[in-house]
Amino acid sequence: MLGSASSPRPRTTNFELWSWLFMRVSGALLLILLLIHLAIMHVTQPIENVNFAFVAARWASPLWRWYDLVLLGLGWVHGLNGVRVVMDDWIHSPGWRLTLTALLWLIGFILLVIGAQVIFSFQAPAGAG
Amino acid sequence: MKVELSIKRFDPDQDEASHTEVYGVEIEPTDRVLDALNQVKWYQDGTLTYRRSCAHGICGSDAMRINGLNRLACKTLIKELGSKISIEPLLGFTVIKDLMVDFDHFFDLYKSVKPYLINYDPTPAKERLQSPEQREAFDDTTKCILCAACTTSCPPFWSDPNFVGPAALVNAHRFIFDSRDQGGAERLEILNGREGVWRCRTVFNCTQACPRDIKITKAIEQIKRLVLFNRV
Ligand code: FES
Repeated sequence: MLGSASSPRPRTTNFELWSWLFMRVSGALLLILLLIHLAIMHVTQPIENVNFAFVAARWASPLWRWYDLVLLGLGWVHGLNGVRVVMDDWIHSPGWRLTLTALLWLIGFILLVIGAQVIFSFQAPAGAG
Repeated sequence: MKVELSIKRFDPDQDEASHTEVYGVEIEPTDRVLDALNQVKWYQDGTLTYRRSCAHGICGSDAMRINGLNRLACKTLIKELGSKISIEPLLGFTVIKDLMVDFDHFFDLYKSVKPYLINYDPTPAKERLQSPEQREAFDDTTKCILCAACTTSCPPFWSDPNFVGPAALVNAHRFIFDSRDQGGAERLEILNGREGVWRCRTVFNCTQACPRDIKITKAIEQIKRLVLFNRV
């Protein structure tokens, strides 16, 4: 049992714990968000309707911009963290692991910023939607 | 019945790499794989090397990969397997010779989770009592025989040999959930690290491989939950 004797401050960080929890929570959220996304983009709309004007109309409302941002962020970080865990499995040299993990998050961060930038800087041309 | 055994063999003094040798034996369907191995060793090829001790599924010496799954040779009946049987050493450990693998690293991982009673109270005059419910909490994980069938069936362990692995987690569980033990926090500290409980991907290979039918994945999830709710 847990006991109270001799349990000083934790030495290890809780990083892996949070990472594990994030994967569960984001996985569950992504499932719901993706199903809604797929339903809108591929099921309820005939494919001919899904064009520039359709996207412009959706993004006229900030709700869908935020929706897409959350989808992008969760999906992207969930995926990258999965790659990090796989790299932890296979890359055993601490130097290489640190270098490649840093590179992974750096590239990931840049692409995330570009994605967010697209979502929020999009301006519907006059007359569309 | 006539059975064809394909045994993966390796002699460090002669071989560069392992190779498969095929032996035919005449055996009863109700005999065990261990009996077939003994037939080969005693009557055909005395150089065949494997461990066995109790021959009754309790010492944990003879876990091996039989038809692709980790099992004890002394608990696996020929009739469960058919007439073509492949036998390989456990995956993920260094092969010493033929079916005999090096367990040193495995026992180091086992020791790293402090698999013994930790209690800081003064030693009582009588035994430390426990209710049936308290005992039930860790009953399943007391059954481990340290045969390593679980750890060597675990894909995260194959790729990362520093992962403590299911066997060490089972034995940590056995003490963490024991009401007489006070070392839970120390152990959870160790298991909360990068090579601890979070490396488990819930593959369930360990549960399938365990010859003692321990619900290993369930025990690991119980440890995860304990870490989670104690820290968050
Ligand atoms: S020989 Fe002891 S477990 Fe099989």
